[in-house]
Amino acid sequence: MAEREVLLQVRDLCKEFKVRSRKLGGATQVLHALSHVNLDVYRGETLGIIGESGCGKSTLGRCIVGLHTPTSGALTFEGAPLDYHAKEHGKALRSKIQMIFQDPYSSLNPRKTCKKIVEEPMLIHNTMPDAKKREERVQELMSVVGLDAQHVHRFPHEFSGGQRQRINIARALSLNPDLLVCDEPVSALDVSIQAQVLNLFGRLQKEFGLTYVFISHDLSVIKHISDRIAIMYLGQVLELCDAASIYAKPMHPYTQALLSAIPPTSPFEEKQPIELQGDIPSPIGEQKGCPLASRCPHCTERCRQECPHLKDQGDGHQVACFLYE
Amino acid sequence: MEAKVLNGGAISKEAQAAMIRKERTANNAWHKFSRNKSALVGLVIVCLMLFIGILAPVVSPYDPNALDVTATYLPPLSEGHLLGTDDLGRDLLSRLIYGARMSIVVALGATVLGGAIGILLGLISGYAGGVVDAIIMRVMDGMFAFPFILLSILLVTILGSGVFNVILAIGIGTVPGFARVVRSKVMVTKNEEFCNAERVLGASPLRIMFSHVLPNTVSEVVVYATLNIGSAIISEASLSFLGLGILIPTPSWGNILRGGRGCLTTAPHLALFSGLLIFIAVIGFNLVGDGIRDVMDPKMKK
Repeated sequence: MAEREVLLQVRDLCKEFKVRSRKLGGATQVLHALSHVNLDVYRGETLGIIGESGCGKSTLGRCIVGLHTPTSGALTFEGAPLDYHAKEHGKALRSKIQMIFQDPYSSLNPRKTCKKIVEEPMLIHNTMPDAKKREERVQELMSVVGLDAQHVHRFPHEFSGGQRQRINIARALSLNPDLLVCDEPVSALDVSIQAQVLNLFGRLQKEFGLTYVFISHDLSVIKHISDRIAIMYLGQVLELCDAASIYAKPMHPYTQALLSAIPPTSPFEEKQPIELQGDIPSPIGEQKGCPLASRCPHCTERCRQECPHLKDQGDGHQVACFLYE
Repeated sequence: MEAKVLNGGAISKEAQAAMIRKERTANNAWHKFSRNKSALVGLVIVCLMLFIGILAPVVSPYDPNALDVTATYLPPLSEGHLLGTDDLGRDLLSRLIYGARMSIVVALGATVLGGAIGILLGLISGYAGGVVDAIIMRVMDGMFAFPFILLSILLVTILGSGVFNVILAIGIGTVPGFARVVRSKVMVTKNEEFCNAERVLGASPLRIMFSHVLPNTVSEVVVYATLNIGSAIISEASLSFLGLGILIPTPSWGNILRGGRGCLTTAPHLALFSGLLIFIAVIGFNLVGDGIRDVMDPKMKK
């Protein structure tokens, strides 16, 4: 475990959004989308990030690719600070980290043909100045992601959702990235297409040695694709460990509740879902104590006052809960 | 539309299907337009006007400025003069035909000029947002608040008459409209996911603006421009009517109307035909504009 190369390091990442009050003259409030997130992404692995909607998983992905500027904290990529605005290597960084978007319909420009969409990154970074070679590369990429090369001149609306997501993948791959941030790439697709696209992700990882940060709210998808899993709740990572051990031995009360919500695979299996009381607290305003404190069955007075941090429980199984201290 | 085929020279079934699909969608837009009767009428008017305007020297029976003091104020259907003659014996039909040419030149010129500036301002304003947006849009609001015709009169008074100055005056008056239309569409488009995708790919703001956002405003711009040509024709006619736009002896619908103003009781055909032509031309462009809007708007599917 120790000799694995850390590709991306996330340290103490915070992202706050200002929320303007509806009332005239009302004070602006702060929405804590991410608070003190710590993560390591190793080269060649798939890190699954899972959480319910509004827990900050997409914000984390967008911070990594630079669509959001973090409020505080540090991102380190291949040992150097991740700064897209750096004069010398900022643009090169862009080609190393790419993103697959959730919505295959809005993430492709409706007025560009497939060829133009896929070749655009090569034009931006001027990696293939020769038009002929560029076209060959486009066709090669299309066959890599499983699209028919005859369809290069079609517009996005002429493709199905799954095919559009393949175009998205081809576009992201055209710069030979090291890291792909996949922001719920299959959640907009039919289940049968989901499997195809997930298998494509798996194949591409083997073929190109890609590293994925795979964001999803779908437990079965995450289980299928991830090497390690991070559980997020209200802008914080609660548990981080190998995919196998999170299912075998979930430690955090939230993870236990989350996994117990998976329906039993056999009708004879006895399964008692753990229900959390109440709703997710609002991320707006001052945050105090453990994010789960108001809903946790094991909540203590300490949980309400202090916020636990991720602690290694051995085997790289990290959990942020006072129960394990 | 050329279909690229990879394997072998023969067109594959797939490529053929793609070509068929392309044509079908292209035809679809025309199909929708052609089912709209009023839009078709508008199109016929516009085409006729363009045709006559371009071929003015060929189709006009006389030189529009040829005087004939022996035959002034001839009524319509006089011998040799289908629509009669004016106060100096010039053939009205020829003058109206050349007037159409002038209207087209001024209206198109003003729309292109105003459109170019307005689109650029709207694009910058909508994309940049913040202070830049506030400054540009307040200037546009200021221009909007000023009555259009007053603005044009002011500009023509400062610049003087002449075709180019009229185009300039009317063109500047159309800038804020274009800027607003483009700005609102840009503000929607710039937050679309595909623009975020471009940012992740490392595209410069200029590239996103001109290569991705601008092409997505085309349908709005085309509709607005077509409707705007109609109002530009009115503006030109108004300015000429007031004696500020195209000056006599150069014929324009506005100044023919102005000429007929003094003799409404004795020779009504002068004001009647020029006024009627302005009316028909504006209606034509408006119908076409409405027709295009219906075609471009996906919600209007029947």
